[in-house]
Amino acid sequence: MILASEIWTQVFWTSVVAGGLLAGVPLMFTALGETISERAGVLNIGLEGMMLLGAYVGFLGAHYGNSVWLGYLAGIAAGMLASVFMVVLCVWLGLDQIVVGIAITLAGEGITSVLHGAQFGESEPRLGATPTVAIPLLDRIPVLGQEIHGQKPLFQQPLIVYLGFALVAAVAWTFRSTNIGLNLRAAGEKPEALDAAGVSVLATRSYAALSTGALAGLGGAYLSTGVAGVFTPFLTQGQGFMAIVVAMLARGKPLWVIIGSFLFGISISLISSLQLVGINISTDVGHALPFIAIIVALILFARRAYLPPALALPYVRGAR
Amino acid sequence: MELGTEAAVPAHLLSAARSRADTRLLDILIRSLVPVVLALVAGGILILALGRNPLRFYGGIWTYGVAQDNWQQSAVTMVPLLLIATGLTVIFRANIWNLGYWGQFALGAALVAGYGPTLLDRLPLAFAFVVLFLLAAAAGAVWTLVPAVLKALYGTNEIITTLMMSFVGVDLANILVKGPFQDPSIRTPQTTAIDFGKLLPAIPGTMIDVSLLVAFTVVLVVHYVLTRTAFGLRLQILGANPRAARHVGVHVPRLTISTFLISGALIGAAAAAFVLSPSWGYVRADQIPNYGDQVIPFVFLARLNALALLPFVAFYAVLFTGGDFAATQVNLSTDFLYVLVGLILLFMTVIEYLGRTRELGVGYLTPGLKEALRQPLVKKQTT
Repeated sequence: MILASEIWTQVFWTSVVAGGLLAGVPLMFTALGETISERAGVLNIGLEGMMLLGAYVGFLGAHYGNSVWLGYLAGIAAGMLASVFMVVLCVWLGLDQIVVGIAITLAGEGITSVLHGAQFGESEPRLGATPTVAIPLLDRIPVLGQEIHGQKPLFQQPLIVYLGFALVAAVAWTFRSTNIGLNLRAAGEKPEALDAAGVSVLATRSYAALSTGALAGLGGAYLSTGVAGVFTPFLTQGQGFMAIVVAMLARGKPLWVIIGSFLFGISISLISSLQLVGINISTDVGHALPFIAIIVALILFARRAYLPPALALPYVRGAR
Repeated sequence: MELGTEAAVPAHLLSAARSRADTRLLDILIRSLVPVVLALVAGGILILALGRNPLRFYGGIWTYGVAQDNWQQSAVTMVPLLLIATGLTVIFRANIWNLGYWGQFALGAALVAGYGPTLLDRLPLAFAFVVLFLLAAAAGAVWTLVPAVLKALYGTNEIITTLMMSFVGVDLANILVKGPFQDPSIRTPQTTAIDFGKLLPAIPGTMIDVSLLVAFTVVLVVHYVLTRTAFGLRLQILGANPRAARHVGVHVPRLTISTFLISGALIGAAAAAFVLSPSWGYVRADQIPNYGDQVIPFVFLARLNALALLPFVAFYAVLFTGGDFAATQVNLSTDFLYVLVGLILLFMTVIEYLGRTRELGVGYLTPGLKEALRQPLVKKQTT
């Protein structure tokens, strides 16, 4: 095998891991958001649109504000704004979550492309590299700690990445050991019981949907500012939908979101890793790879993908 | 209405029933048209905010989509849109979500464009057309198989699986176009163009190809099947309540799979009509349009009624054909149409809600919400 010798190199494996992490982080934020909202019984198909809005507005924030943090904040705000539609139409008024989700995705795709075209018609500005924070000691280990071909070394990531991992842990803890987490779970499992306990199902689901929007916006903002360094129309390329699947396969367990996102991150970035060692595969194959992986995963684990019973059903008090 | 029954019913009751039917019709008309109008207005405001002239944009749509002979171009565009919309209508009736239309369409298009040149050369023309339509339909249908089987056997959420298959399908189509189907004589990644003389013939006296007639026939047949046959009734029962469907003896898995196949086949056939229409004849990689995304709102606006699709899809075909040029004219990205489509969907759900609550004679706000608005600061006691 000619391939074998090239694949078994440090360069390749380091770049697989680093690339998987880079591409996995936007997915992780978004999938974490979807986990929250799915557990609370709101299926958010509009994730793709929210990510794109976050990516576009986040890029604007970082570009004009000269700070990635402004970009992240702007992205969060944009995602939340989009999810307000979801909250009002789906949670409060009980309209079809799938139709509204499709609408948000379509409108998000369209409006970001239109605004981007109107604003940067001639010149597309690029952002500089996001400043990184090195983990002491770990950043000096050989192989994994090294920088290759301009890719970020594994243990020198932007601060937001570390915060992201902390956030996943925090959400996992919230779900497991707090009242808020219990309420969220009940809103998806048995909303009547939550209502009977005197907690507003609508309010619980509203907060869940809002935080989903915020996280999707953040994921999008990191995608444009941190990963791509530029915003282009349809930048997300289906990652919003991928996040839904990650959340679904994680079965509502936030820690599994990290693993899932990382694996899908690898499949997203595998092609560029292969190119590093001189193996060229068409970008179409590369683009299809994560989706094929998902289908295979769904076929294998079809019976185990778990969705809460009250998912996508509006809650009407007293209705059966 | 028969004369005999009319005589038996008192006149005032009859007129009341008639006026009720009239208001019902009016109601449906309002619910269908208002979202479109609102979306166009909101879109216009958006164009204005971007410093463009909305009247020029909408005027452009009329000029390029309808005026003079341009309506014929719109009619050509209408064919694939209509076939996709019909395919979606069938499956949405069963309350199953086939959101993989792009992949199904793209694969059909790639295969027709790839095998079209050879088949049209070797076989008698009419026969080749039939073969190509069947090929595309088969491709579309096959691409729904994985989601269909997963849904039928394990109840796996078909929204996710169809979407994933869709992305893979589009990528596969691009790979086919760039690889085996690539026209060897040019560098652009596209298939060998089919000779103009071997594309679908036009309806005499127009520039519209005969596939429009095929599409109309398909709509009529589908409408008949959905509303007048046992299959249509089973589909409706499945859509209303899968458990009830099982109790009345519907073989739910089999019906689910066959519905998926029909839907995919219609969407695939749309791709054949698209490629074989005289304005194309080839497919370019990364340029296969995502028509399904754009017709989805109209499938809902038509209330999953195949016949009602006709005016809506005709409207969108004009918007699409004219909008393409009109957007360029006012220096706007053509993706603006996505905004319009998204807005139509949003307004539709809202109008639908308002109509439903008016019918039921209840308030527009849910009781819990009303309470929350009345006393926003009162915290509920948790036990």
